[in-house]
Amino acid sequence: MVLKRREFLASSLAASALACRRRRRGLPFEAAFLGPAVDLGHRLRWGELKEPSSFEPVDVVVAGGGIAGLGAAWRLAGEGFGNFVLCEMEDDVGGTSRGGLNGVSAFPWGAHYVPAPSRDNPPLLRLLREAGVLEGFDVKGEPIFGEQFLVRAPEERIHAYGQWWEGLYLKAGASPGDEAEYHAFFAEMDRWALWRDGAGRKAFTIPRWRGSDAPEVQALDRQSFAQWLDRRGWRSERLRWFLEYACRDDYGATLETTSAWAGIFYFAARKTGPGEESRPLLSWPEGNGFLVNQLRRAFASKVRPRTIVTSIRQATEGILLVHAWDEGAQRPVGWQARKVVFALPQYLAAHTIPSLWEARPEGLESFTQSPWMVVNVTLRERPKEPPLGFPLSWDNVIRDSPSLGYVVATHQALKDHGPTVWTWYQPFTGPDLKAERERMYALGVQDCARMVLADLQRVHPGIEPLIARMDIIRWGHAMVRPRPGFCWSVALQRAREPHQGIHFAHTDLSGIALLEEALDHGVRAAEEVLAALGRGGASWR
Amino acid sequence: MNERPELPAPEGWEEAGPRISAPLLFLTVLVIAACGLVYELVAGTLSSYLLGDSVLQFSTVIGVYLSAMGLGSYLSKFITRGLARRFVDLQLAVALVGGFSAALLFHTYAHTHAFRPVLYALVGAVGTFVGLEIPLLMRILKGQVKFKDLVAGVLTLDYIGALAGSLLFPLFLMPKLGLVRTSLLFGILNAFVGFWSTFLLRSQLGPAFGLRLRCVLVLVCLGGGLTQAHRFTLATEEEIFQDEIILAKDTRYQRIVMTRGRGSFQLFLNGQLQFSSADEYRYHEALVHPAFAARPGGTRVLVCGGGDGLALREVLRHPEVREVTLVDLDPEMTRLAAEQPLLRELNRAAYADPRVKVVNQDAMVWLQERNQGPPFDLAVVDFPDPNSYALGKLYTTRFYRLLRRQLTKDAMVAVQSTSPLFARRSYWCILATLEAAGYQVRPYHLAMPSFGVWGFALASPAPFEVPRHTLPELRHLTDPTMQGMFAFPRDMERVPVEVNRLDNQVLVHLYAGEWRRWS
Ligand SMILES: Cc1cc2nc3c(=O)[nH]c(=O)nc-3n(C[C@H](O)[C@H](O)[C@H](O)COP(=O)(O)OP(=O)(O)OC[C@H]3O[C@@H](n4cnc5c(N)ncnc54)[C@H](O)[C@@H]3O)c2cc1C
Repeated sequence: MVLKRREFLASSLAASALACRRRRRGLPFEAAFLGPAVDLGHRLRWGELKEPSSFEPVDVVVAGGGIAGLGAAWRLAGEGFGNFVLCEMEDDVGGTSRGGLNGVSAFPWGAHYVPAPSRDNPPLLRLLREAGVLEGFDVKGEPIFGEQFLVRAPEERIHAYGQWWEGLYLKAGASPGDEAEYHAFFAEMDRWALWRDGAGRKAFTIPRWRGSDAPEVQALDRQSFAQWLDRRGWRSERLRWFLEYACRDDYGATLETTSAWAGIFYFAARKTGPGEESRPLLSWPEGNGFLVNQLRRAFASKVRPRTIVTSIRQATEGILLVHAWDEGAQRPVGWQARKVVFALPQYLAAHTIPSLWEARPEGLESFTQSPWMVVNVTLRERPKEPPLGFPLSWDNVIRDSPSLGYVVATHQALKDHGPTVWTWYQPFTGPDLKAERERMYALGVQDCARMVLADLQRVHPGIEPLIARMDIIRWGHAMVRPRPGFCWSVALQRAREPHQGIHFAHTDLSGIALLEEALDHGVRAAEEVLAALGRGGASWR
Repeated sequence: MNERPELPAPEGWEEAGPRISAPLLFLTVLVIAACGLVYELVAGTLSSYLLGDSVLQFSTVIGVYLSAMGLGSYLSKFITRGLARRFVDLQLAVALVGGFSAALLFHTYAHTHAFRPVLYALVGAVGTFVGLEIPLLMRILKGQVKFKDLVAGVLTLDYIGALAGSLLFPLFLMPKLGLVRTSLLFGILNAFVGFWSTFLLRSQLGPAFGLRLRCVLVLVCLGGGLTQAHRFTLATEEEIFQDEIILAKDTRYQRIVMTRGRGSFQLFLNGQLQFSSADEYRYHEALVHPAFAARPGGTRVLVCGGGDGLALREVLRHPEVREVTLVDLDPEMTRLAAEQPLLRELNRAAYADPRVKVVNQDAMVWLQERNQGPPFDLAVVDFPDPNSYALGKLYTTRFYRLLRRQLTKDAMVAVQSTSPLFARRSYWCILATLEAAGYQVRPYHLAMPSFGVWGFALASPAPFEVPRHTLPELRHLTDPTMQGMFAFPRDMERVPVEVNRLDNQVLVHLYAGEWRRWS
């Protein structure tokens, strides 16, 4: 039947016309879903069906191998503490900070940079020193970072009015009114960078726990960023676009669904002082996967990949039974642990820790996460840059697009020619997160690839034949959303408290998704555990 | 439109309306011919610059143009009425298509893959229109002038016009205006002829208001184009086009153009002059020999950039050199330097020397990834000027630190550092950057006709003195001239500047700002 049809087509005049149409429908490059690998809800239920035959005794189980879990294990290993396992569901650790690799370049699965920390962030500085990124301190005591790790110029460009412009804020065509609001906004950010409470604490710091909890700071959290801007009468379209871009980029949210506290945090927490530039950014071809690899170095043998934690229950006071599913061996496994570091996203806490439901039912539901799609586009060759306009940069943003644009993975490898990988980002920012998640999962490989292609074609019309492949990564619960009222809620505060020997560590617990927050929670949780086990040394924080 | 519908002329008849000024119309022939030829030359020059191989490009462009003219002449017989009107319309069509041709071609080349189709379509269209014009004009004038005078007059002026175009183009238009402006200017001329014809031919035209309005619109369009012409032109295009292009090549990395003229030949990379064979020896002697003189005896040499092989030629003069590694991004460049007869002769077949090893890679990536092999005693760093971020990175503290990792403790390094006169801050930025990367640095400079005053840095991780003795056989350098290069006149003395780092690339901004003042 198939053959007959083909023969018929070949002999008919219509054949060539049809071939053209078919080619247009299929894509001339490969595209595939890369990860995360599993249908999580399904596995959790399945794993629960079978009880493990025995429970191996261990002091500590670290559940989850994202930055928080890795940070906890790194802290434990740093104390010379070796009696722990780290269970990671995926075939490799890293979570949303994981990096990937193909024949052309390393590339991020999610997180791709971290702002160079100030001296307020000792754990991250320690990690960066171990990684050879921190080279020392200057006379003022501020850290000096290896030049090659700072994002190299040109850093950012934006596509608008048919060409590329330097920076993310579109200066071209700005009216005096726009300029005035832009400066007023940054003057306000400077004011917040300078602000100190009675105890001498800054309003915004990274990690956030060092910041002030003064009422006027908390008050910012009770309004949306949009409302806060409205109150000041800042209506400049390009200022608002720029700020909304920041919200989309950092939180997967909009001006309306981001609290003013979180919105200001993005700008004010990254300034050392007023008038100063924001901290420079550290980045690697594999994104923050570079730091993942550094963290794991200290305890590689303790990592159990493809091991899904399915439930954590207290057997008796001081003994926790951890159930897990070993995806490699296809069998249930169990541990009898004295302490657990729970470094999974909060929405899993409800599934895995039954007793938590009773203890804090309202808290678990207040966490909301926006879905993200990350697509790594491997290019055989870079598209030709137009003779006018700002050149290809590290971060390339398209103004009239729902995507965030793309980051060039080879940029930090100093490669300016030849094949490359572009990491394209799109958050799903709608208010109804369940619907957004369904919308994302409803897209097939071809739909996703076509969406990315169409987006890139707006700014690179000739790109299609240059694409070798697309690797699509869908994060259903990518980033916790700092919606108004959440970052200073009681529920969020309580979520950090240990529960029956389970210590919590995840960036969710900060209300904002940042590597620094995840790392800090990991170190904190590990130090809580060490102290409880009588192994407390000096804090790294 | 307020034009009256014209009555069809009886079969075999043509309007031979009232008298019109034949001499003036003959003049329009001259202008038309000159315009047509200029468009053809613009297309030929542009395509040979962009596609390389000027003989092929010119002959195909001329071929297409001539056959299109033939087609136009043939088509003219289908125009049986409203000759004068059609004539003016054609003028406007040529004005638009020809006038915008260069801008359109640059744009097509930069943004699409359809350069050739667009090129031939444009040349074909202009040729067809011009081919239509002359027969039409002859028919318009038929009743007015004796046939033998008509043919003689039109053809004579046609050829004179072509001659004028062909002389004006290389002598005045190209060097003074560049391609984009030239074609726009001739478009305006064409449109003006059209406008003027509405008066010359008014007896045959009837009401011409609509026609004149069209002329004015076209003139406005082209005039507007002229004010925006700078947006289309490549920066140094005019300079390159002054001489005959003997080779043009778009490699994966850059655009290589070789030109010949004034008794020498030149090499351009991305429109930037790299050398002229007339005086390059001054540059390359100065680049290479002071480093050897400062610390004689080096046997292992690294050359970064310098794919033309000319620095290599100077390095190989030193008999003690046992091994030279040349790292140049572009394999096409090193291949050309090894094989193209003019280049090969100029670099004295340096690439055939068994001591030379070629690596085609981004020098910075290569330095970063090189983690074995013995260190170098001497390095010559000869990159194009930092006019882009991709080049600017090769002048950063990071680059110089990576380089240092591959050097012996007292190695000598020579760095081409742009002009301390034209780009004084850029020059000193490069030197300050070397110092920040831990080198001892001595500035030196040189004068040469094709570059003017040029600057270099002599650097080493260990202290060193101004070199005294160089090879005896050089064409420019002698011991005293070499020492003299290290003395700096007041207008090129050091100025305070920031250090060029990967994450700020201040040099690219400085350089762009400084050279803009001179161009
Ligand atoms: C697209 C995207 C871009 C981002 N960009 C940046 C950025 O540029 N800079 C920045 O600082 N931050 C960024 N972030 C935020 C980033 O999430 C944090 O920096 C940090 O990686 C969070 O780490 P975590 O350990 O808290 O959580 P996660 O990364 O969520 O780690 C959780 C880990 O637990 C594992 N796991 C889940 N369920 C189970 C189970 N049942 N059993 C065992 N293991 C399980 C997961 O596989 C994962 O490895 C980005 C996030 C996303 C999604």
